[in-house]
Amino acid sequence: MPGELTDIIALSLRVTGLALLISSLIGIPLGALAGLRRFIGRRLLMLILYTGMGFPPVVVGLFVYLLLSRNGWLSGLPTEFLPSLFTPAAMVFAQTILSLPLVAGLTAAAVMAVDPNLRLQVRALGASQVQAAWTILGEARAGVLVAVIAGFGSIISEVGAVMMVGGNIAGHTRVLTTAIVLETSKGNFDLALALGGVLLGLSFLANFALLTLQGKTLDP
Amino acid sequence: MRPQRITLLLLAAMLLLAACGPAAPAEPQRLALATTTSTEASGLLAYLLPHFEEQFNATVEVVAVGTGQALQLGRDGNADVLLVHARTQEDEFMAAGDGVRREDVMYNDFVLLGPADDPAGVAGSASAAEALSRIAAAGATFISRGDDSGTHVKELEIWAIAGLEPTGDWYVSAGQGMGAVLTMADELTGYTLSDRATYLARTLEGTELVIVLEGDPILFNPYGVIAVNPDKNEAINNELANQFIDWLVSLEAQQLIAEFGVAEFGSPLFTPDSEAWRNR
Repeated sequence: MPGELTDIIALSLRVTGLALLISSLIGIPLGALAGLRRFIGRRLLMLILYTGMGFPPVVVGLFVYLLLSRNGWLSGLPTEFLPSLFTPAAMVFAQTILSLPLVAGLTAAAVMAVDPNLRLQVRALGASQVQAAWTILGEARAGVLVAVIAGFGSIISEVGAVMMVGGNIAGHTRVLTTAIVLETSKGNFDLALALGGVLLGLSFLANFALLTLQGKTLDP
Repeated sequence: MRPQRITLLLLAAMLLLAACGPAAPAEPQRLALATTTSTEASGLLAYLLPHFEEQFNATVEVVAVGTGQALQLGRDGNADVLLVHARTQEDEFMAAGDGVRREDVMYNDFVLLGPADDPAGVAGSASAAEALSRIAAAGATFISRGDDSGTHVKELEIWAIAGLEPTGDWYVSAGQGMGAVLTMADELTGYTLSDRATYLARTLEGTELVIVLEGDPILFNPYGVIAVNPDKNEAINNELANQFIDWLVSLEAQQLIAEFGVAEFGSPLFTPDSEAWRNR
């Protein structure tokens, strides 16, 4: 297990980290847009984002599975741009879908909470739309950080989607959560519990790093 | 109405209610059966047991667990009778005096599944071990349960006979249940070892996997029934356990086993194999 364990930890971090990066790159601008601009379909977008926050991982896993399956929804179409099933890329794909609504929805909520007068002031000082949005995001950075942390927490700990589209293949797509499920089914409760401890510690360290990265963000 | 009258009325009502209850000639006897998940999950017990319960005025309480745990329940005296599939462990159980009677009941079998075009050319192999050797030589994808289950143990046994240690990109250790592994094998167009019942159930839902090898004696999975030693504690119902065993190995019950699943799957899930059935 030891050599295997480092592989499992590394893959957990790689898959979740990449999914979080992608959902942050898309989700933060999307959330800022939804929170700041008035446009047709804005309420619908918010509704979709908020609904997506509570999406069961196993349903997302099923959805991605049917999307990528040989005999799935897209069979017969050129799908070279999509990842193959039972690969880390497929897991990143599923986890991105899971974390994106959280990052975007909470970012939107955070920027909406910023004093609207600030935006007017910045605009009056001659800032462009993008510059104004950037300033407001900076003002709401504590909320945006929470959005990213919530996204991370939801996918580092989920098992339904990665089990379904990753397949828990030893040395290839096995991550901490799927390893815990496997060891529990084998009756190795001690090892499963130890893996759970590793997961918890990892989550703690990652959040610590995120908070440190943001420096004094949480201080007024 | 005076209070006494009310009391009397209530008493009368209660007596009437009690009289209206089911007229039970005798309380049905309880039989605690510890068995493996396969007999329960396949629906065999739900199909078989009502026949026994009706004939013998008994209630069979089924505890479906892993084979190891079922044997442990017997060792602890928490079951009257066991229906399990682990011949070596069953023999140890008998040798230790934990059981007083053991009979062959039936067997089901494992089948080697693979894609219809059979890229490793497995069809026509003389044995399961040769089939796995061909898969390894061709480097064709093989999905292993990898979860220490009975099926996984059987697969490792065959690799050992073939004198091979399966490693490499082609050998996929899934660490999941049979259903999930069948899905993966289908998706990755790979080979896998499955029990026949789970595979047949999957064919109803649609699968591209076909049986590429079957019938090697090593793939047989025999089930035995064991009466737990009644000396363990007073609660053990040895008389009913013996009646159950007599019934299970009788031609009547064996015929029921032979017919189980034929209507649904087109072939039986279990093959009867009691002494009475073999000598019929």
